[in-house]
Amino acid sequence: MHPAFSVIFLTTLIGVGQGLFLALFSAQAYGMAKLLPAQSNDFFAGGALIALLFLLGGLFAAIFHLGKPSYFITRAWRGMSQWRTSWLSRELIAMPIMIGLTFLYMVVYYFGLDADLYGWGVEGQLPLTVGIATAVAAIALFVCTGMIYAAIKFIQEWACALTPVNYFLLGTASGFTLATAYAAAYGDGLVQFFGNWAIVLTLAGLITRAASLFRNSRIKRKSSIQTAIGVRHTKVQQKSMGMMGGSYNTREYFHGKSELFLKSVKWIFLVLTFALPLILLWAGLAGNDGGLFLLAFVFQYIGLLFERWFFFAQANHPQNLYYQVVG
Amino acid sequence: MTQLALVIDLNVCVGCHACVTSCKQWNTSGQAGPMFDDNPYGKDPTGTFFNRVQTFEVGEFPCTETVHFPKSCLHCEDAPCVPVCPTGASYKRKEDGIVLVDYDKCIGCKYCSWACPYGARELDENQKVMKKCTLCVDRIYDQSIPEDRRKPACVISCPTGARLFGDVHDPDSEVSIAIRENGGYQLMPEWGTKPANHYLPRRKTKMHIHEDELTRADNPLRKEDIRHETSKDTTLDDWLM
Repeated sequence: MHPAFSVIFLTTLIGVGQGLFLALFSAQAYGMAKLLPAQSNDFFAGGALIALLFLLGGLFAAIFHLGKPSYFITRAWRGMSQWRTSWLSRELIAMPIMIGLTFLYMVVYYFGLDADLYGWGVEGQLPLTVGIATAVAAIALFVCTGMIYAAIKFIQEWACALTPVNYFLLGTASGFTLATAYAAAYGDGLVQFFGNWAIVLTLAGLITRAASLFRNSRIKRKSSIQTAIGVRHTKVQQKSMGMMGGSYNTREYFHGKSELFLKSVKWIFLVLTFALPLILLWAGLAGNDGGLFLLAFVFQYIGLLFERWFFFAQANHPQNLYYQVVG
Repeated sequence: MTQLALVIDLNVCVGCHACVTSCKQWNTSGQAGPMFDDNPYGKDPTGTFFNRVQTFEVGEFPCTETVHFPKSCLHCEDAPCVPVCPTGASYKRKEDGIVLVDYDKCIGCKYCSWACPYGARELDENQKVMKKCTLCVDRIYDQSIPEDRRKPACVISCPTGARLFGDVHDPDSEVSIAIRENGGYQLMPEWGTKPANHYLPRRKTKMHIHEDELTRADNPLRKEDIRHETSKDTTLDDWLM
């Protein structure tokens, strides 16, 4: 497939936003359970603002995936109508809910709103309720994003349970890495907790992403040129695709780069997304250096851009069987 | 239930592209507006087409065969492009099974084109909406056209009659009989999309002559051995030769 930068930025940016929110929420929940030191309201409000900015950045990138940006105003609202059948429609519902709830979470903490909702007699029940709802929305959004790709059964590189798992783990890994950097600067005793989880999630992401790379390198194709045109002969080759100037079919489904380029992108993303951040996180935790965490996040985010590019470029669409030779 | 479809006879198609050009002509002049062309007379002309004719070579030289392969939307009975559309712009008509795009609802997200294994959908680069074969829905129901010409433009234009059009759910229709009697098949059956359009395979027409047909084994004269000696003298028959 041809990787579209709008979707690359959309999926990586909202992944960071959702992951950062889940990190904040885990600190909040652990704090209420007195397993971690309680944080100031400003810590959560500021973190939610950063998560919100990433989510809005993703939304902004998504606008450029529409045919025309104006469709965002005039037509995109219809995109929520087919949630019964379409994962994309479900994502279009989950995303504004996620953005809205993150905003609400930020407002609740910024103004210090609270209420004794359940009669427990402890503080933080309202933020916890909003936090739980937002965490559910964040996870639902991860599932929707991953399933958009996993649900297309004949793009065999994507049609696998590893796809949504990777979206979840890579998003949360980058979010927790950013949370570590944020906690190092503004938090109180959260660096070890976030940092260790960032390492665990990055390692888990490495395992599942490597598993999908391994799986994709040995895919047995269901379609062949024989099934594509229905001629039962071992030797069938295309002589003409019916046009010489190219068409949507030749532009949208091919990445247009060499095998070497594809291979180098794979190694770049493996180093930038996993190896470097792991080393930097470990060094940061060992030396208690906040700057390394931020560096780890920057490398990991850039690595994720390469990872997402590769994710699209590697996918081989069966329609390509019809477009092998120009003429 | 009706399912309109095309049946394309690969044994008859000569790859002349008449269906491609007539399709483009009809649909670019239709009520849905023109189909985009970029650089039509320049170096790399490109544009939106609903129908293409491709060419494949089967076998190894010198035992090869050329197959011309017209390719358009197959109007799948279980169309994978329809449920993925987030806006409901992509839909399959209940009354005749035609898969259509509502150009006023489409947001151009391309998801349906990813979800079509045949590459039958094209984004119009000017209108920025997804377009595809409509089975000439604005023609086949047009009461102002003589009844025998209420067929898709590609079917009307095919000089060899390689394209048939009709209801594949009606067992007595021309297309159903052609599929049944001539080995009609579907493309990429492995994905369970159940394409409504069918293709008829290349067929070899061979004459089988048995030895019995060359020498009359059942010659009654020989069987009953009632032949008489023929005269060695010149007869009137010899002169006639």
